[in-house]
Amino acid sequence: MAELIRINHLNKIYPLGDIAVHALQDVSTTFERGAFVAIMGPSGSGKSTFMNILGCLDRPTSGSYFLDGISVGELDRDELAEIRNRKIGFVFQQFNLLPRTPALENVELPLLYSRGGVDPSHERGMNALRIVGLADRADHRPNQLSGGQQQRVAIARSLINNPQIILADEPTGALDSRTSIEIMAIFQRLNRKQGISIIVVTHEPDISQYADRIVYFKDGRIVRDEPVRQRRDAEQELLAEAIAS
Amino acid sequence: MKKVIASMEIAFGALRINKLRSALTMLGIIIGVAAVIAMVAVGSGAQARIQEQIASIGSNIIIVVSGSITSSGIRMGTGNAQTLTEDDAKAIARETLAVQAAAPATRGGAQAVYGNNNWGTQILGTTPDYLAIRDLGIEEGQPFTSSDVDAAAKVVLLGKTVTDNLFNGEDPVGKVIRIKKVPFTVVGTLVPKGQSPTGQDQDDVMLMPISTAKKKIIGASQANAGSVGAIVVQAREGMTAEAQDEMTALLRQRHHIQSSQDDDFSIRDMTEVFKAQETSARVMSILLAAIASVSLIVGGIGIMNIMLVSVTERTKEIGLRQAVGAKTNDILSQFLVEAVTLSVAGGIAGIVLGLTASALISYFADWSTVVSPGSVLLAFVFSALVGVSFGYYPARKAAFMDPIQALHYE
Repeated sequence: MAELIRINHLNKIYPLGDIAVHALQDVSTTFERGAFVAIMGPSGSGKSTFMNILGCLDRPTSGSYFLDGISVGELDRDELAEIRNRKIGFVFQQFNLLPRTPALENVELPLLYSRGGVDPSHERGMNALRIVGLADRADHRPNQLSGGQQQRVAIARSLINNPQIILADEPTGALDSRTSIEIMAIFQRLNRKQGISIIVVTHEPDISQYADRIVYFKDGRIVRDEPVRQRRDAEQELLAEAIAS
Repeated sequence: MKKVIASMEIAFGALRINKLRSALTMLGIIIGVAAVIAMVAVGSGAQARIQEQIASIGSNIIIVVSGSITSSGIRMGTGNAQTLTEDDAKAIARETLAVQAAAPATRGGAQAVYGNNNWGTQILGTTPDYLAIRDLGIEEGQPFTSSDVDAAAKVVLLGKTVTDNLFNGEDPVGKVIRIKKVPFTVVGTLVPKGQSPTGQDQDDVMLMPISTAKKKIIGASQANAGSVGAIVVQAREGMTAEAQDEMTALLRQRHHIQSSQDDDFSIRDMTEVFKAQETSARVMSILLAAIASVSLIVGGIGIMNIMLVSVTERTKEIGLRQAVGAKTNDILSQFLVEAVTLSVAGGIAGIVLGLTASALISYFADWSTVVSPGSVLLAFVFSALVGVSFGYYPARKAAFMDPIQALHYE
């Protein structure tokens, strides 16, 4: 598999008053195309900082980051925005949907900021909603949707520009365990069928088992990086549950 | 273009969500724009009224009145000496280049009687030239002629106020009225002129040949039968100064005044007198507009305030938009368009309110108001500018937010 992300000797230092906080220390790693990686670690371990840099929301203090062959560290504010728009999909713990705005418009939000704009037929938005199984809820507002449905709308939004990678920050953190499995099933399907790379930050060991690789952070360093031996398959679990009941 | 439309859609959406707040914010601009339009309308109304009054006197009018004479060291007031004569008027008309026409005028008061009605009014004895100089039109009937003047015919022209008071709607032309017991035939009525700039009713007057006025009504001194109270002169366009100089020279010569002596007449340029009033009206209207503009600026500060609140409230939304690819300019234009939409919508509503207010002011306060398209356009452009200038700071603040902090803002 080809390389999607290469990170070399990444450091991130935050000045905090007089002392400097070393959020990331000499992190080096690579992620292949089509990878499904879980990132774990206690709070303050640097995993959020790592995700922010991966998501081009933040820039490293030193070290290099190549995304899809582009050296991201050298880009300015607006160029980073364009990379986020074209190559990266974001999924957040709190869904971050625009309130009082229909699901379809939420899904189409990234199109407002890409070259083509929103297609008048709304075909792309409806397609994305279809992938997450919410085509019939296109005109529902977030407050008319359950938490799981809101997260699915958010996933549809992350898909709309055919990203190389989806970055999910605690995507199941606000959901019950059954809905969490449904969300992970969608991620696994996107990963398998469309080859989209997925990186999930999670606290829950169960959830990390749906990935094929787990990276552990502690004190700003990668302390463990291992493949998942017995990978869980969310779709099969849901199926088995359906049969059992 | 597409981006602008997209920004507008977002802005309208955001404004719809906070309807009451948007409306209250707009109110500042609405009141500001309405105040500017109404105040400018009142100011230009006052100016227009003064201009109208000046026009009603006639253009380039100069009045020559008999001056004071000094007799044994006692200086009498203006007009005490009847030094001007009908011949002076003729000489002025004939011998000065800068004068278009000149008419002698003698004034007096008299009671006019028709049937059971009587009315005290002013008599002006003059020549037919006076009508042209003062731009007096004949509404019905005919003016009197120079042969009427030569013959001292007992004919009279009535102003509107006199007609109304004597005839109660009856047609006055051809009727006989009595002035100081002398019967006069009404040959015509004058087109109404309204108020003079000094507030006099210019229609409360009767015009008759100067010869008739002197013989039958006002009387003239035996010693100086040709004397008149004043000569009304119309200078050629743009030549009022020359006309004054020429007349001064001519009259001094005719009256045999030595170079060491004062004039025995005085010359008043009526247009100059009323121009001063016009200037003060203009200053007044500029002052009103300036005060009203202050409220527009206050309205702008209201917009800035609300936009700052709105930016803070929507920090998380801004973070999300940045995360999914919004560039600095996208966010900047989104909030700028929102501010401009507020101010322009307020501007349009303010124009409507301002026009209504102007109409109400004319209706209830009976002040003439003139709404010029220029002032409406200016108020509109100014309101848009207020939106841009007061919306820029909040929009910039939004555009340069740190996406990570914005995303995690609670």
